[in-house]
Amino acid sequence: MSTSKTGPATGWLRALPSGPRGVLIDCGTGEAARACYRALQARRVNGLLDATDLVPGATTVLVDGVDEPELLAADFPEWALNDDAEVRGETVEIPVCYDGPDLAAVAALWGVEPEEVAGIHSAVDYESAFCGFTPGFAYLEGLPERYRTPRRDSPRTSVPAGSVAVAGTYTGVYPRSSPGGWQLIATMTNPTRLWNEHREPAALLVPGTRVRFVTVTI
Amino acid sequence: MSHIEILRSGALTTCQDGGRPGWAHLAVPRSGAADRPSWRLANQLAGNATAACTLETTLTGCTVRATRDVTVVVGGAPCAVTVDGRPESWGQPVKLVAGSVLDAGAAEVGVRSYLAFSGGLHPKSNLGSHSTCLLSGLGPAPLKDGDTIPLGPSPAHPPLPTQWPAPWAGVSDELVMKLHLGPRLDWFTAEAAAELARGVWTVTEHSNRIGLRLEGPPLQRVDPDAELESEGIVAGALQVPSNGQPILFGADHPTTGGYPVIGVVGPDSQAAAAQARPGTRIRFAPVPLPHWSE
Repeated sequence: MSTSKTGPATGWLRALPSGPRGVLIDCGTGEAARACYRALQARRVNGLLDATDLVPGATTVLVDGVDEPELLAADFPEWALNDDAEVRGETVEIPVCYDGPDLAAVAALWGVEPEEVAGIHSAVDYESAFCGFTPGFAYLEGLPERYRTPRRDSPRTSVPAGSVAVAGTYTGVYPRSSPGGWQLIATMTNPTRLWNEHREPAALLVPGTRVRFVTVTI
Repeated sequence: MSHIEILRSGALTTCQDGGRPGWAHLAVPRSGAADRPSWRLANQLAGNATAACTLETTLTGCTVRATRDVTVVVGGAPCAVTVDGRPESWGQPVKLVAGSVLDAGAAEVGVRSYLAFSGGLHPKSNLGSHSTCLLSGLGPAPLKDGDTIPLGPSPAHPPLPTQWPAPWAGVSDELVMKLHLGPRLDWFTAEAAAELARGVWTVTEHSNRIGLRLEGPPLQRVDPDAELESEGIVAGALQVPSNGQPILFGADHPTTGGYPVIGVVGPDSQAAAAQARPGTRIRFAPVPLPHWSE
């Protein structure tokens, strides 16, 4: 039985059983997981895959609600890493004001001045890697490894909707007020855009969406 | 529009239908009736399409009044049923005249009773479901005394002249659940895998629609300091946090999680788990990894 926890950088896929009707595809890296998710979506759109849910994770994709997991497991390595840039999502701009309560702490962790955080954070082309935590909360990937940021020692009991936060190499925007342990660096000016049940899709930052933060002054 | 009024909401009464499948990639939990077979059967006996919205009670039942004549079936966890104080039958169609009061009493065994009304309930829906999700806050809020919920038109087909199959199979002091091993069995020691097959876990008080928190022999990881990156979770997943005490995920489980899942129980066991009171003992019968995962 293997005890490895991380795989090689590319080309490494494992199909893991996730119950009688689920397959967790461990892709080893975030990049491979996003390519695999796009490939699975394309197969579903083309009628080649019947599944209730496709759930991307940091380095995995869960395929849930399949009748014959063994067929999927036998089939997927041949196509799952064929990245097709055409199916990447559009770019969404998020207007923000860099005024978060943890701005100075994050600047210190990054070894920069507080006024430099905005330039660093808004220069990155992000991609929504996956959603989790609360409906519409997207883990945005793209921050360079040197800006990896620990969570706060003590989570806040209430983080306001629209707070822009960093943790690990992810950044994200809280769609609604909730507890949270990420470090807050900015505020989105109109956070109601993030989640709207009367819109299809309800989430603004669906996995695969490309995202840029744009500085505004309030 | 006709409606029902909640006169006594009990410990926790929520609206539940088939939930919100297909939105997990947006971090929307599946939600829906926790004990699916009971919910489905109650609806069938009330003459509804199986996906109709019902009330789901928790331990202490609830009391309702309807503004039109309606057929009600109280199923799931067995309980005393009365209409205007007169005893009525659990598990079969009951005619409720407009203005009369139906009480579903405390669960005699199990946890969750289902009240299916002919025509179904029609509270505000979102993402295609009327279900209350305790984790995400989607759907109607848990019901309070005095709340009203719209009733749909009576279905064309009259209620089936059948009754709840007896004995009700949904509850026991000790449950044995088939546990499909994986996806992260390899994060655990060989002793943990062996313990899974022989240990006994107890359902704790800290259990709800999100999951059953279990107490028993700790399941040790190979590397206690390793951190799992967030990955998708299925209903019925047995997730093991750092303290080694597993959580068996239910209807309102989070869509992703950062602790390893050692195995997954199937739909029958998920329904049984939804009716397991604190103190219930659970044993697992591990199902080996499928050949394709090796």
